[in-house]
Amino acid sequence: MILARIIGTVVATRKDPRLEGKKLLICRPVDPDGHDEKGYIVAVDTVDAGFREKVLVVQGSSARMAYGCKDTPVDAAIVGIVDSVAQD
Amino acid sequence: MYLGKVIGRVVCSIKDEALESKTLLLVKRLPDGPCVVAIDAVGAGASETVYVCRGREAAFAFAGKEVPTEATIVGIVDEVQKAQ
Repeated sequence: MILARIIGTVVATRKDPRLEGKKLLICRPVDPDGHDEKGYIVAVDTVDAGFREKVLVVQGSSARMAYGCKDTPVDAAIVGIVDSVAQD
Repeated sequence: MYLGKVIGRVVCSIKDEALESKTLLLVKRLPDGPCVVAIDAVGAGASETVYVCRGREAAFAFAGKEVPTEATIVGIVDEVQKAQ
């Protein structure tokens, strides 16, 4: 899983029927200090995350185990809203 | 699987219900890889060297439960012996 920040939303009218009712958000990976990294991920939101929130994103086939994503064509899901990151 | 070093902790109060009561640790891949957030299945602590299972198999550490994780700490490394 990686840390990411929500930077936008995606609207798709025509999509796989199993994705209907799911919120798609654009996430930018961040390092533990909160600095942006390269690239972006479009992830399905399962925890009602909001704009600019720091979240936990699970990628790959494990994303299908997130709440409500069973047997859906999903390879990235937001599974947590990060309250704090403590570094040793 | 790969080796990593625990460098911190992540706290989430709103999360997938399968992640409730699981410890989320920040792990830096050794020797100088990226940071990932991994679920701790063995009780690892700060600054310990651990090995991390990744991918779909990471969920197998929690037998019988469908936990949405692609990185799980499945062992604490005592020592690493390198061939001469």
